[in-house]
Amino acid sequence: MHIVVCIKQVPDSAQIRVHPVTNTIMRQGVPAIVNPYDLFSLEEALRLKDRFGGRVTVLTMGPPQAEAALRKCVSFGADEAILVTDRAFAGADTLATSYALAAAIRKIGENEAVDLVFCGKQTIDGDTAQVGPGIAKRLELQLLTYVSQVDDLDLAQRAIRVQRRAEGGVQVLQTTLPCLITMLEGTNEMRFASMDNMFRAARAEVRVWNREQAGIEDVARIGLKGSPTVVSKVFAPKAKEQKAEMIETESDQPRDIALTVVGKLFTQHAKLRGGLAKKLA
Amino acid sequence: MSEASAPARKPAKGKYELDERLKAYQGVWVFVEHEQGEVHPVSWELLGEGRKLADTLGVELCGVVLGAPGLRTRRFCDEAFFHGADACYLVEDPVLANYRNEPFTKGLTELVNTYQPEILLLGATTQGRDLAGSVATTLQTGLTADCTELRIDPDNRSLAASRPTFGGSLLCTILTLNYRPQMATVRPRVMAMPDRDAARSGRIIEHALHLLETDIVTKVLDYIPDARQDKPQLPFADVIVAGGRGMKKPENFQLIRDLAAVLGGEVGASRPVVQAGWVELDRQVGQSGKTVRPKLYIAAGISGAVQHRVGMEGSDVIIAINTDPNAPIFDFATYGIVGNAMTILPALTEVFRQELALAKIAV
Amino acid sequence: MAEKFDAIVVGAGPSGNAAAYTLAKSGLKVLQIERGEYPGSKNVQGAILYADALERIIPDFRDDAPLERHIIEQRMWVLDDDSFVGTHYRSDGFNKPPYNRYTIIRAQFDKWFSGKVQQAGALLICETTVTDLLMDGPRVVGVRTDREGGSIYADVVILADGVNSVLARKAGFRPELDPGDVALAVKEIHFMPEEVVESRFNVADGAGVVIEMFGKITQGMMGTGFLYTNKDSITVGVGCMLSDFKAQQCSPYKLLEEMKAHPSIRPLLEGGEMKEYCAHLIPEGGYKAMPQLYGEGWMIVGDSGMFVNAVHREGSNLAMTTGRIAAETVIEVLAAGKACTAGNLSRYRAKLDDSFVMKDLKKYRELPGIFHRNPQFFTDYPELLNRAAHTMLKVDGIDKKTKEREIRRTFTRKRSLFGLMGDAFKLWRAFE
Ligand SMILES: Cc1cc2nc3c(=O)[nH]c(=O)nc-3n(C[C@H](O)[C@H](O)[C@H](O)COP(=O)(O)OP(=O)(O)OC[C@H]3O[C@@H](n4cnc5c(N)ncnc54)[C@H](O)[C@@H]3O)c2cc1C
Ligand SMILES: Cc1cc2nc3c(=O)[nH]c(=O)nc-3n(C[C@H](O)[C@H](O)[C@H](O)COP(=O)(O)OP(=O)(O)OC[C@H]3O[C@@H](n4cnc5c(N)ncnc54)[C@H](O)[C@@H]3O)c2cc1C
Ligand SMILES: Nc1ncnc2c1ncn2[C@@H]1O[C@H](COP(=O)(O)O)[C@@H](O)[C@H]1O
Repeated sequence: MHIVVCIKQVPDSAQIRVHPVTNTIMRQGVPAIVNPYDLFSLEEALRLKDRFGGRVTVLTMGPPQAEAALRKCVSFGADEAILVTDRAFAGADTLATSYALAAAIRKIGENEAVDLVFCGKQTIDGDTAQVGPGIAKRLELQLLTYVSQVDDLDLAQRAIRVQRRAEGGVQVLQTTLPCLITMLEGTNEMRFASMDNMFRAARAEVRVWNREQAGIEDVARIGLKGSPTVVSKVFAPKAKEQKAEMIETESDQPRDIALTVVGKLFTQHAKLRGGLAKKLA
Repeated sequence: MSEASAPARKPAKGKYELDERLKAYQGVWVFVEHEQGEVHPVSWELLGEGRKLADTLGVELCGVVLGAPGLRTRRFCDEAFFHGADACYLVEDPVLANYRNEPFTKGLTELVNTYQPEILLLGATTQGRDLAGSVATTLQTGLTADCTELRIDPDNRSLAASRPTFGGSLLCTILTLNYRPQMATVRPRVMAMPDRDAARSGRIIEHALHLLETDIVTKVLDYIPDARQDKPQLPFADVIVAGGRGMKKPENFQLIRDLAAVLGGEVGASRPVVQAGWVELDRQVGQSGKTVRPKLYIAAGISGAVQHRVGMEGSDVIIAINTDPNAPIFDFATYGIVGNAMTILPALTEVFRQELALAKIAV
Repeated sequence: MAEKFDAIVVGAGPSGNAAAYTLAKSGLKVLQIERGEYPGSKNVQGAILYADALERIIPDFRDDAPLERHIIEQRMWVLDDDSFVGTHYRSDGFNKPPYNRYTIIRAQFDKWFSGKVQQAGALLICETTVTDLLMDGPRVVGVRTDREGGSIYADVVILADGVNSVLARKAGFRPELDPGDVALAVKEIHFMPEEVVESRFNVADGAGVVIEMFGKITQGMMGTGFLYTNKDSITVGVGCMLSDFKAQQCSPYKLLEEMKAHPSIRPLLEGGEMKEYCAHLIPEGGYKAMPQLYGEGWMIVGDSGMFVNAVHREGSNLAMTTGRIAAETVIEVLAAGKACTAGNLSRYRAKLDDSFVMKDLKKYRELPGIFHRNPQFFTDYPELLNRAAHTMLKVDGIDKKTKEREIRRTFTRKRSLFGLMGDAFKLWRAFE
C-alpha cells in the first residue's frame, strides 16, 4: 500500500510569546513547525502502514527551508520525502496550491500507484481547510474529511470504512480506494521518534522537485497567476469606540461591587432580566 | 484564500472591467445546510447577511436547498423565505437524503453553472467546508474561508471578504476579481440571526439531478447522533460565564460553574485553561474555539487577547472581572470590574440569585 | 543497532559547535546532540561576539555569518537614581576591517554555525536530550538519550551542555551550582529602524556601540546592566547574582523594567517595539569555581566548565576556544592511536593553562569574592560618584575648593577613609 501525506511547514503560533510585564506579543524567532493538524493525518497513515505494510511518502510544497519539516516527518517514520519548490509557486492561493500538489501526487503515482492521500484538516496559518478537498477533486479521489476513526480497510476489496465528524453526530461512511482523508484533531497521538529514526531522518535524502519535475505544465494555473483570490489589505482589528464602564463603589466590598454591577445591568438592559427570569422559572 | 503568511499582494485598487462572460453572473446565494432533518442555524445567519449584500447590489437573495424529495425539504425553502430569501433553488433527489460530498458537489456545481450567481455563501461547518472546497475547485473560482465580515466593494461591485490572519492578531480583506461566483464561508454565530418573518414567501426554482445511487461510490452506512446530550452548546447559549488563566487553579473554576448555574448559562474558557485540561475542549471560546454571541458574557481572569476577543465580542453585554486595570478586555467589555475574581464571583452569584428570585416571582 | 562514533558532543552552543566543527573537519566521525528544536532555539546571550576566537576556527566567517554591527565604541556608565558618570572610548581603529567585536543574535548565529558544523561532516540530532552518560566502570563510553534505542557509543564525550550541565552534575564531575556562583540575566530586544539606531548612537555603516552599566540599577545586588546596538534593534538587559535575587526577593523582570525607565536609558529605547525577551544563567564563579575539566573518556567545555570572564563579559569566546582546544586534544590523541584516557586528555588542561583562557580567569580569581563581600560597590559608590560630579558641575556661586571639600566629606561620611582605601586596594589587587 502506498500512502501520500501532504504536510505544510507553518510558523508555530503557540510559541508566539507574550511578555510577562508589558503583555505585548513577540513573534521574533518563532520557529517553523509541521502544521499540527497534519500530524494527526501522518500518525494515522503510519498506523495503517504498521498494520497493512507499505510505504508512506510525505509531500510538501514550500520554500527550500520546508525541507526541515519533511525531515521531521521522516523521523516519525515516513519512508520518503518530496519537496516541491519553485519560485513560480509564490503567491499561490488554495486553488493554485491544490493544482500543484495534485500534479505532484500524480507524478509520485507514476512510480508506484497511490492508494491513499492524507491531508491535515486545515493549516494553522492559512486556516482554510480547502486544499484537501481541492486535491481530491482534481485527482477524482473520494473525499473523506473530518475523519475521527478509520474503522476498516480491506486492501483486497479496495474498500475503506471510516467515521466522519458531522455537526450533530458521526457519519459512518464506506468508500473505495483511492481516496483522500483529512483527520480530525485529537484522534490519535503522534509517536515519539526512536533514535534509529532520528538517525535515518538526519541522513535522509529529501527529493527536491521544481515545477517541471513535479509534472506541472500549465504555468497559468500556479502561483499568483493561478490564484483567483487576492489580498487587498491587511489591517488591525478596529478598536471599539466605547471602553467598558468601570464599576466604582464607595467601599471595595465584593458585595457592593456585585450589587452595583447587577443593578446597572438590570436597569440598562431590562430585557435581559426578564429573559433570565423566564428561563429559570 | 491567499497565503496568510505571504505579504499582501498588490492591492486591487479602483475600478476594473469584469469579463463580459462573467457579467451574466448575478444574485447572492446561500447554501441551506441541513443534517438529520434540521437546518443548521448558520444558514439563516447567512441569509441575514446575504440580504444586506443583495440589497447593496440590487439583486435577488436566493437559498439553495438540496435534499431528499418530500415535504420536509420543501419546508426548508419556506424557512429560507421567512429568513429573507426572495427565491429558492431546490434539488430533490433520493441520493441527497444524507450529506455526501459527491452528489452535493455535483448538484451545487450544476446549479451554479446553470443559474450563475455572483456570490455563494456557505457555513464554515464540517459540511460547508467539505462542500465549498470541492465546489470551488470544480468551478475553478476563489473561496475565502472563515470570514468575519462581508461587504461589497463600491468601486467594482465585488465581494470584499475579511478574515483573521497572522494567528488572528490582524485581519485581511480578500477579493475574488475575475472569477465568478465569489465564494465565502462564515462560522456559526459570527453573523447575527435575522428576524423570522413568517409572512414572507418567494419563488421556488426546481432543478433535476440526474444521478443514480449506483453511480455514487461513497455510501452512508450509519449516523450516530452525539449520545452525550450534555455536550455543551456554547454557540447558542444565552449566558456564558467564562474563566481564564487568572482563575489560577482548576478548583477555582467551581466559582465559574456556580455562577453559570445560577444564571442557567454555560461555562466557557480561554485557551490556556483548556490546554491545561481544566475544562473540556468544547468550551474554548475564540479563534481556535467556538464563536459565541450570548446575551450576557461574564469573563473572569481573562486578559482579552485578540484571539479570545474575536470569539465573543458579538455578545450583547460583556462583564469583565480582572485584577489588572489595564487588561485589554476592558477596551471592549460593557462593564469592567477591577478586582479579584475569587471574591467577586461568589458575590455576583449571591446577588444574581437574590435578584432573579425576585424577578421570577414577577414573571 | 547501537552506532559508534569517534566523538559525541552534547550541546550545540558556541562551545559544542566549535568542538564538533574542529573534530569533523579533521575527518573524525562526530555526533552532536542538541535538545532544542534547532541550535540556538534556547540559547541566550547579550550578545557580543569576539572575532578572534571564531577566526581561529573559521577564518573566513565574516563572509556569511549573521553579524549585526561591529563595535567601535565602548561606554562605561556608573548610574545613580537619575544620573550617570561615565567614560566613552571610541576609536577609529575599531572601525577598520577586520573588525574585532560584533553584536550578534544568537538564534541566528548558532544556526549559521551549526550549518558549518554539518557541512564539515558532523551528524546533528536535535530535539533529543542526553539523559545519562554510559559508563563502563570509571570510563565514559557513550550517552543515553530520551529516545527509544537511545544508547550511542563513542571514544570520547564532550560536555558542551551549558551552565546547568545536569550531565556533569549527575556523573559527579561537578558539584551542584552555588547560587553565589551564577548570575541570572534577563534581556529584551527592541526593534527600531536602522537610521534611528545610527543617529541615536552617532554611528554609521554598520558600526555600533556597547554600554556597560553598573550602580543603582541593580538595587544593591551584585550585577551589571548592558545595552548593545544591533542592526535594527537594541538589546538591553541586566544580570545579578542568583543568590542576591533570592535574598532580595526581587523579580528580574521588574528590575529590567525599572532600569529601562532610568532617565539616561529610556530615551535610547524610545519608540522601539519589543519583540523578544529571555532569561538565562551565566556562570560567574570564575577560576575558583571551575570543576575538573576532563576524565576517562570525557571533557567539559564552555559554560558547563564555568568558562566565563564576568569582568569583561566574555563567555562565548572562551566557550569556542575551550571547544576548539578540547577537540584538538582529541584529534591528537586519536591520531596517535591512543585511547581517550584521563592521562591522555590531560593535555587539554595544559593547553588551556597556556592560553588566554586560564590566564585571564586566574587574574580575576579574587573579584567575585570581593564584590560579594562589599555591596558598597553597587550602592554607595555610584551614588557618591554621581553626587560628586553633580556638585562639581553645578554652577551656583560656590567656589570649587569648597566643593571638593564637601565631596570628600560625603565620601568619608558614607565610608571611612580606611574603608575607601581598603576597597581601592582590594580592587587594584584583583585587577592587577
Ligand atoms: C493561533 C492562536 C490561536 C488562539 N486561539 C485562542 C482561542 O481560540 N481562544 C483563546 O482564549 N485564546 C486563544 N489563543 C491564545 C490567546 O492569544 C491568549 O494567550 C489567551 O486568550 C490568554 O488567555 P487568558 O486571558 O486566560 O490568560 P492571560 O492572558 O494569562 O490572562 C489572565 C488574566 O487574568 C488576570 N488575573 C490574574 N489574577 C486574577 C484574579 N485573581 N482575578 C481576576 N483576574 C485575574 C490577569 O490580570 C490577566 O489579565 C490563541 C493564540 C494563538 C497564537
Ligand atoms: C544575558 C547574557 C549575556 C551574555 N553576553 C555575552 C557577551 O556579550 N559575549 C560573550 O562572549 N558571552 C556572553 N554571554 C555568555 C555566553 O552566552 C556563554 O558563555 C556561551 O553561550 C556559552 O556557550 P556554551 O556552548 O558553553 O553553552 P550554551 O550556549 O548554553 O549551549 C549549551 C547547549 O547545550 C544544549 N544542552 C544542554 N543540555 C543538554 C542535554 N542534556 N542534551 C542535549 N543538549 C543539551 C542546550 O540546549 C544548548 O544549546 C552572555 C550570557 C548571557 C546569559
Ligand atoms: N503547501 C502545501 N504543501 C503540502 N500540503 C499542503 C500545503 N498547503 C496545504 N496543504 C495540505 O492541505 C491541508 C489544508 O490546508 P489549508 O487549506 O491551507 O487549511 C493541510 O493540512 C495540508 O495537509
